[in-house]
Amino acid sequence: MLKTQSENNLKTPQEINQVLSTTGSAYQLKGTTRFKRNMRHLREALFSDAIGAFGFLLLLAIILMSVFGPIWFPLDTISNPEVILNAPSAEHFLGTDHLGRDIWAQVVSGGRELLVLAFLTASIAVLLGLFLGSLSALIGGRFDEIMVFLADVWLTIPRFPLLVVMSGFFTLNATTLAIVLAVLSWAGLFRTIRAEVLSLRSRDFIEVAFMLDMPKTYIIFKEILPNMMGFVVANFTLLMRAAIYAQVGLVFLGLLPLDQNWGVMINVAWNQGVIYNPDAIWFLLAPTIVICLLILSLVWIARSMEEFFNPGLRK
Amino acid sequence: MPKRLQFPLFLLRKLLKVAFTVWVVTTLIFFLIRLMPSNPIEQYIQNLVIQYGMSYEEATSRAASLFSLDLSQSMFAQYLEYLKDAVRLDFGTSFLSPGVQVSEIIAARLPWTLFTVGTGLILSFIVGTALGAIAAYRRESWYEPIISGLSSFLSAIPDFLIAIFLILFFGVFTWWGRGSIVPIFQLRGNYGAGVNIGWNWPFIKSVLDHSFVPILTYFFSQIGIWVLLMKGSTTGCLNADYAVIARARGLRPRKILTSYIGRNAMLPIATEFAMRLGFIIGGSLIIEQLFVYQGVGLELLKATTNRDYPLMQGIFLIMTIAIVLSNLFAEILYSLLDPRIRVKGGSKHA
Repeated sequence: MLKTQSENNLKTPQEINQVLSTTGSAYQLKGTTRFKRNMRHLREALFSDAIGAFGFLLLLAIILMSVFGPIWFPLDTISNPEVILNAPSAEHFLGTDHLGRDIWAQVVSGGRELLVLAFLTASIAVLLGLFLGSLSALIGGRFDEIMVFLADVWLTIPRFPLLVVMSGFFTLNATTLAIVLAVLSWAGLFRTIRAEVLSLRSRDFIEVAFMLDMPKTYIIFKEILPNMMGFVVANFTLLMRAAIYAQVGLVFLGLLPLDQNWGVMINVAWNQGVIYNPDAIWFLLAPTIVICLLILSLVWIARSMEEFFNPGLRK
Repeated sequence: MPKRLQFPLFLLRKLLKVAFTVWVVTTLIFFLIRLMPSNPIEQYIQNLVIQYGMSYEEATSRAASLFSLDLSQSMFAQYLEYLKDAVRLDFGTSFLSPGVQVSEIIAARLPWTLFTVGTGLILSFIVGTALGAIAAYRRESWYEPIISGLSSFLSAIPDFLIAIFLILFFGVFTWWGRGSIVPIFQLRGNYGAGVNIGWNWPFIKSVLDHSFVPILTYFFSQIGIWVLLMKGSTTGCLNADYAVIARARGLRPRKILTSYIGRNAMLPIATEFAMRLGFIIGGSLIIEQLFVYQGVGLELLKATTNRDYPLMQGIFLIMTIAIVLSNLFAEILYSLLDPRIRVKGGSKHA
C-alpha cells in the first residue's frame, strides 16, 4: 500500500504544481479516490483475521441491538410489585429487577447512551491528539520539546482519581464528561501520534512533499492523515474502551447521574444487594457481560487494525 | 560534557521534572478549590449564611479556620502559604472528623492498599513474566494460544468487572449443592467482626481471608499485560546473536531461556514494573468500593461524596507523588541498566 502511495507522489514538480494551482475541486477529486482506497484498506484490515472480523461483527450486533432493540423490547415504565427480583422465566427471560421490571429490556436499551458517549469522547480526543501530535512533530524544535515535556507531566497525573476528585467540584453530565475525558486523555494520544507522524515524516513521499514546499496543511491532510487511517481507527477504538471504563466506573461509584445504561444497572443491582439474592443474579451479571463483550469487540478491532497496518509502517 | 558528570546531571534533570510535576498538581488542586465560580469555600460560606443565619464575616472566619487559609490575604499570598504547607505534606485537618490530621488518616489507610494491590502486582509480575517467556519460547506448543488468548482477554476486561465476576464466582454461586466457596461476608471489609486487632493468629487469618479475593482481582487484572509484554520482549530477543551463539554452543534450552534470553528480555519489563509501582495507591478505587476494603481509594471516595476537601487534596497529592516518584525510580533503573539513556535528550520514549 505504501509503495503505491510513494509512487503516486513521486511526480515531477511541474505536475504537482499544476494540481496545486487548480481549484479546490482537484483536491476534492484526489481526496475521494484516496478516501475510497483507504476504505478498501480498512475493509481488508477488518476481515484480514478472524478475531478482528468477529470483533467487528460483535460491535455491529451491539450497535444494532441498541438502536433497534428498544422498539421490540420497550422498557417497563411501571413497577410491578408481584415479580420483584425474580429468577429468569418464560416471560422475563433474564428475570426482573427490584421494581419488577424486565431486565432484558433494560439490557437492550442500556447500550445506546454508553455507545454515543464513547463515540463522542473518542472523536474529540482523536481530533485533539491528531492536531497536537502532527503539529508538534511537524513544527519541531522548542515547541516540540515543550509539548513532549508537558505530555510527560500530564501522564503522571492519575486520571481516574482526578475524575473522581473533579466530580466533587463540578456536576458532570454526559456531554461535559465526554469533553473532560477527551481533554484528559490528550497526552497519551499526542505521544503515539507524534511518534507515528515522525516515522511517516522520514518517508520518501513526505520528504518530497516538503522539498516541493507544499503547504503544511496540505501535507497534513492529504499526505499524512490518509496514511494513518488504520492507526487512527485502532486508537479510536481503544479510546472508546477507556471512555466506557471511565463512564461505567463513575456511574458505578454513583458520581455521575445518567438515567439508563449498563453502568447504572450494575450500580442499582449492587446497591439493591443482588449478591445476597442468587435468584436475581442476572440483574448484575447481564450488564457486566454486555460491557465485557462491547470492550472485547473494541479491543479485537484495534488489535487486528494494528497488526494489519503496523508492519507496513514500521518496516 | 565530562563523563563523570553525566549521571548526576541526568539525575538533576529528572528531579527538576519531579518537582515541576508535583508543583503543577498542587497548583491545579489549589485553583480548583479556590477559583472555580462555585468553589467549595464560597459554597461553605454561603451555606453557613443561609442555614445558620451567620453574618458573612463570621462565616468567612469560620471557613478560614476550617480550611486553614487566611482569606483576608491576597490570593497570591494564600497560594504561597498553601504551597508551603503542601511541601511539608501538611494538608490540614479533615472536615468530617474535625481535629484529625489528613496525614494521619492517609497513614492509617495506606498499609491496607499497599498490602493488597502490592501483593497482587508482585504475584502477577512473577507468574506473568514466567508464562510470557514460556509462551514466546514454545511458540509451536499447543498451550501457547491458550496462554496468549487468555492474557489478551484478561488485559482487555476492566478490573472492576473482573472483581464482580470473582465475587460472583467465590461468594455467590453455589457449586454442586455445597454452598459458595467463600462466605459472602468475607468479601466485605478488611477483617472480620470481633477479632482483636494486633499480631495474633485470628486477626492475621481474618485479614488474609478477607484480602484473598481482592488480591486475586489485582492479580488477574494485571497478569495479562505482563504475559503479553514479556512474550513480545522475549520474541525480540530469541534471534539475537548471543542467543544464536548460546544455542550453537549446545547449552541446554532451559539455561538459554533463563540466563541468556530471559535476562535481556527482562530489561524493559523491569522498568515497566517500577513505573507501575506508583499506580498501586491510585489504581484501586472501584475495587476497594466493591470489596468495601478500607484503603486509600475508598477513603478518597468517601471524601469526595462528603465534600471533605482537605482530605481529597491530600489523598490525590499522595497518589500523584507516588506515581511521579516511581517514574523517577523507573528512569534511574533504566539508565543504570542501559547507560545510553543518560545522554541529553535521551529518554525511554524519545
